[in-house]
Amino acid sequence: MSRAWKRPLGSMALAGFVVFLGFAAAGCGSSGGDSGSSATQIPGLGSSLDEIKQKARDEGEVDIVQWAGYAQLVDEFKQETGCAVKTKDGPTSDDMISLITSGQYDGVSASGNASVRLMARGDVAPVDTDLIPNYADVQEGLKNQPYNSRDDQPYGVPHGRGPNLLTWRTDDVTPAPDSWSVIWDKNTPYKGKISIYDDSIFIADAALYLKATQPDLGIDDPYQLNEEQFDATVSLLKGLAPNVGEWWGDYAKQIQSFANEDVVIGTAWPYQVNILKADKKPVEGIKPKEGTTGWSDTWMIYSKAKHPNCMYLWMNHMISPEAQALVAEGFGEAPVNLKACALTKNKDHCDDFHAADESWWDDVYYWTTPTADCGGEGGTCKTQEDWVNAWTEIRG
Amino acid sequence: MTTNQYAEPPPRVTLGRRLSTFFYRHPRVGLAVLLAAPVGWLVVGYLGSLFVLLLASFWDTNPFTSEVVHNYTLDNFRRIIEQDVYREVAWRTVRMAALVTVADAVLAFPIAYYMARFASTRTRNLLVVAVFMPLSASYLVKAYAWRTILSDSGAINWGLGPFGLTFDGYSTTGLWLVFTYLWLPFMILPIYAGLERIPQSLLEASADLGGRSLRTFYRVILPLTFPAVVAGSIFTFSLTLGDYIAPDLITSQQFIGTVIYDQRGTNLPVAAAFTLVPIGVMIIYLLVARRLKAFEAL
Repeated sequence: MSRAWKRPLGSMALAGFVVFLGFAAAGCGSSGGDSGSSATQIPGLGSSLDEIKQKARDEGEVDIVQWAGYAQLVDEFKQETGCAVKTKDGPTSDDMISLITSGQYDGVSASGNASVRLMARGDVAPVDTDLIPNYADVQEGLKNQPYNSRDDQPYGVPHGRGPNLLTWRTDDVTPAPDSWSVIWDKNTPYKGKISIYDDSIFIADAALYLKATQPDLGIDDPYQLNEEQFDATVSLLKGLAPNVGEWWGDYAKQIQSFANEDVVIGTAWPYQVNILKADKKPVEGIKPKEGTTGWSDTWMIYSKAKHPNCMYLWMNHMISPEAQALVAEGFGEAPVNLKACALTKNKDHCDDFHAADESWWDDVYYWTTPTADCGGEGGTCKTQEDWVNAWTEIRG
Repeated sequence: MTTNQYAEPPPRVTLGRRLSTFFYRHPRVGLAVLLAAPVGWLVVGYLGSLFVLLLASFWDTNPFTSEVVHNYTLDNFRRIIEQDVYREVAWRTVRMAALVTVADAVLAFPIAYYMARFASTRTRNLLVVAVFMPLSASYLVKAYAWRTILSDSGAINWGLGPFGLTFDGYSTTGLWLVFTYLWLPFMILPIYAGLERIPQSLLEASADLGGRSLRTFYRVILPLTFPAVVAGSIFTFSLTLGDYIAPDLITSQQFIGTVIYDQRGTNLPVAAAFTLVPIGVMIIYLLVARRLKAFEAL
């Protein structure tokens, strides 16, 4: 290489870099600064149900972020509305937030730990429930909850709720456990065979166990922990970590591990338990005596959705009795539309999952986001950021 | 024909002709126009994204919503330095990358040596295809296949069973096996090319001077192919350093890639700051590799 070759390269690189800096600065200037507003009007959304149906035909598509297995009757939905459904599974709530804020999707089935943050960020829009006819059939007790509304303005439609189950292989774990202590005990006989959900939200499961076993810590809400409670919880988790055989984020990975006996006990969604049972694997899942964590999910619409009309119809579709019956049985959760109870294959499904029995849900703590103000209860609690940071340490 | 053939009328001055004259007179401008697109891509696409990464590592997040806040802070670096877990993870990953590199070099050398020195053209072609065949299969398929192989009820434990042995496949050792398998072709090719480049005459000269085969190997072949081994190690080392899928599938331990992956959604600036660790390690590695003349063997 002669010098004559090098010089222009250098100056071009410099010029390119300056141009790039210009772009970067312009990009920084235009982003940021959009806070949540409570207008239900999304650009392009029809103002009546008829108009929505008409506009949906032109959109022809809806892109959703969902928990695996949520979307039901997709072909029927397309026939009826003209909207083709494209789904993307999010393994954790944090992943779902990343996905929906990428701007590529119209809506999301958000659990409480995602929905609260999405509302605060203004990434999801308030919903005009008059345009969603099936909303009238949703159980009243699930409407206008802190995780699906702000100031009594709904930000979506409830989807369903379920518990995280203590799950085990009945051929390897005897006697059948009735308490979480079987995994939290440092001398557990199942060392190296425990399967744990790989997300900071699992810290709440440890807090829940401490709430039952160490009442002097004074834990009330397992998602809002002060310094002392948090430290005790994290130290319990650090004791568990060496005994964990597998941290799962991908449900398919967990199913494989239970099927191969690489793990024999752990926490799972009813979805995995259902699939394993359907595959004739000796697996059982229960809500232990200490209670459990769980979720109450909400279909939400992205505030800059490209297909808002299809998304409105989708929200209506997912709380129809037919779709509710299928998803409740398929995923293993309680429907929010009790008309679904007449349509489930197992006629006892709603009873089995206590869909109408509010007292059963008293000790199921739905996922939500930890906040500095302890969820508005006053005091100083550890934040989401602290939880995530602690989770990295716990995993080691 | 009476017209003088040399008295042809001057060519019409078209735009194209004028341009080519211009570029002929200003060769540097010509070069600049030619290289503008690729260099621009390199600067904006490669260096630009690295610059944004560096910038992001100084940003802050909203502790509640996890949104990135454009306040400049050194907290991310403080966290990475002060919290033991980040150091442990970084050290664990570098150690893994080194062990994988050594294993690959040990495995690749004999294969490459056989391919370059002994195999007939036909066998050599077959071997080249065999070495590269796994690269055509999806990475995910291979990683999941290894998950099955390493399972308690998988092929390895099935084979060990009759001898009363068990192997904990979902462990650091298991991951080491998987990485060694995954990146082996990237080590074989540079070594093979390096061995090919040694002239036969050098080996004959060594023999003429009384060097036996072992001595020739240590004194002639090995020093001459060492840069090629280092070149291959750049691949095996850096690929191991950055991978996050295999660690997640095979082990319950965290590696640099998995920590970055987990943090990117919830605390992007910390993820960005931690990314600078493998970048720093690779810069040092490449500087050493250049010293060892590996770049000439690439």
